[in-house]
Amino acid sequence: MLEISRLVKRYGRDKPVLEGLDLTVEGSSVVSIVGASGAGKSTMLRCINRLVEPTSGSIRLNGTELVTLRGRELRRARRKIGMVFQGFNLIDRLTVMENVLAGRLGYVNLFQAITRRYPQRDIERAFQLMERVGIAHYANKRADELSGGERQRVGVVRALMQEPEILLADEPTASLDPRTSEQIMKLLQSLARELSLPVLINIHNVAQAKAYTERIVGLRHGRMIFDGTPADFDKEALDAIYGGIETAEEEITQEPGRSTQGVAHDST
Amino acid sequence: MTRPDAAVAPRAWRKPPFIANPLLRYGLWLAVIAYLVWAFGSLPFNWARISEGLPRAARIFGGGFPPSFERSGLLITGFKESFQIALLATLLGVALSIPFAVMAARNVAPRPIYLFGRAVIIVSRSFHPVIVAILFVAAVGFGPLAGILTLTIYSIGFVGKLLAEEIEEIDWGQVEAMKATGAGYLATLVYAVFPQILPRQVGLSMYQLDSNLRASAVVGIVGAGGIGGTLMNAFGRYDYDFAFAILFTVIVVILISEGISGWVRKKIW
Repeated sequence: MLEISRLVKRYGRDKPVLEGLDLTVEGSSVVSIVGASGAGKSTMLRCINRLVEPTSGSIRLNGTELVTLRGRELRRARRKIGMVFQGFNLIDRLTVMENVLAGRLGYVNLFQAITRRYPQRDIERAFQLMERVGIAHYANKRADELSGGERQRVGVVRALMQEPEILLADEPTASLDPRTSEQIMKLLQSLARELSLPVLINIHNVAQAKAYTERIVGLRHGRMIFDGTPADFDKEALDAIYGGIETAEEEITQEPGRSTQGVAHDST
Repeated sequence: MTRPDAAVAPRAWRKPPFIANPLLRYGLWLAVIAYLVWAFGSLPFNWARISEGLPRAARIFGGGFPPSFERSGLLITGFKESFQIALLATLLGVALSIPFAVMAARNVAPRPIYLFGRAVIIVSRSFHPVIVAILFVAAVGFGPLAGILTLTIYSIGFVGKLLAEEIEEIDWGQVEAMKATGAGYLATLVYAVFPQILPRQVGLSMYQLDSNLRASAVVGIVGAGGIGGTLMNAFGRYDYDFAFAILFTVIVVILISEGISGWVRKKIW
């Protein structure tokens, strides 16, 4: 269970990016976080694994307070929080397998990390997960030789290698073409179910948020202004979040079901 | 065919001058000319001595041709030592430049460490190898050890500085990704930073080997071992033909090493 309460983040002396945010994610639900650029979505996710230092407030993951952790304790806590990035953030010059095994860096010692002598268990898990997402045959390819969708799969597998208790995805599909991004969303959705893993997804695409997640959280100016099921997410909520930006309107008028059908049709 | 703008005068275009203000532009030219005139006029060129020196130069060149490779044993010994100095100094210098580069990179080093790393690099870059060599010859005596130490410092300064700049320009996302897995500082360096700077590192090492080979000939002149010492002795004994043989060999060796390092760098990029 993730409990965020009164989370504030202020960069320098500017207006806070997050203004006392409260959010609780229970069980293994897939939650999408929507909001215009600059609403604080990314900052919120990065506060959870402390890539960004919160100014004040509390974040608890399964009972552990994350905000006050330091050094080794922080690294131990980070192992339990997987993260998937918009730009994939793979180590381009290393092989796919090395990238995947890098997910275990919080568990192995430095010698094992440098010599790539990961425990047999880790290697087994790596192959299993890569087979699950269909990239096992790329194990010895350099990460930068893969296509965008394949690269994001490596990113997802790397995060899952950590045996996380929660998965954070910061705009995981924003660098991908529409079809591939649907595939990645589907993948995240089904992996969450299989591993009973709570997933937080920052996303711009409202149609995808409605189609693939069970709960939508809307942020605006660092405050939560919507929290509900996709069915509750109506035009009014959209206007409140995006301030009636015209382009966003088109996204919601498109039926989520129709867009997935479109994908299925395309792929045949 | 009618040209709608036939009546209009053809429009001219000229590249705008680098310095817009004409007064400043021509003023600068005048200043440069005035300085050159003054500099040549005031420096103590002794034309009589220069004209005396010309025949001497002719004598040296005359004595130098054809170069004599008779004492090739000495030549080979000298070059062997120079190679050893250059290779050892490059290995040592490049190995040491990695930790110093990490220390001197603003994005991965804490502030005090950063200042220390920068200081080391600045100090090792502020003196020409010949000056460092003079100090080391005084400190550890004549011979190759002084040369190795000199060129090691030279390598740390040069490779360290460029590598630190490379580290400051890496894609930070990869570092974030490694941090997010819970990796420690050193593991993050090894996975997220080193692979990104590796090609640059190899290229710089090749270039440095090349550069050290050249410099090892120079530092030999002040007594730090290698072919430079042999060259100095040859000049001292008026063995101009042998000295010229050394010079030719230096040119050939540098050409070959430059060719090899260029080829390797191109392959690795």
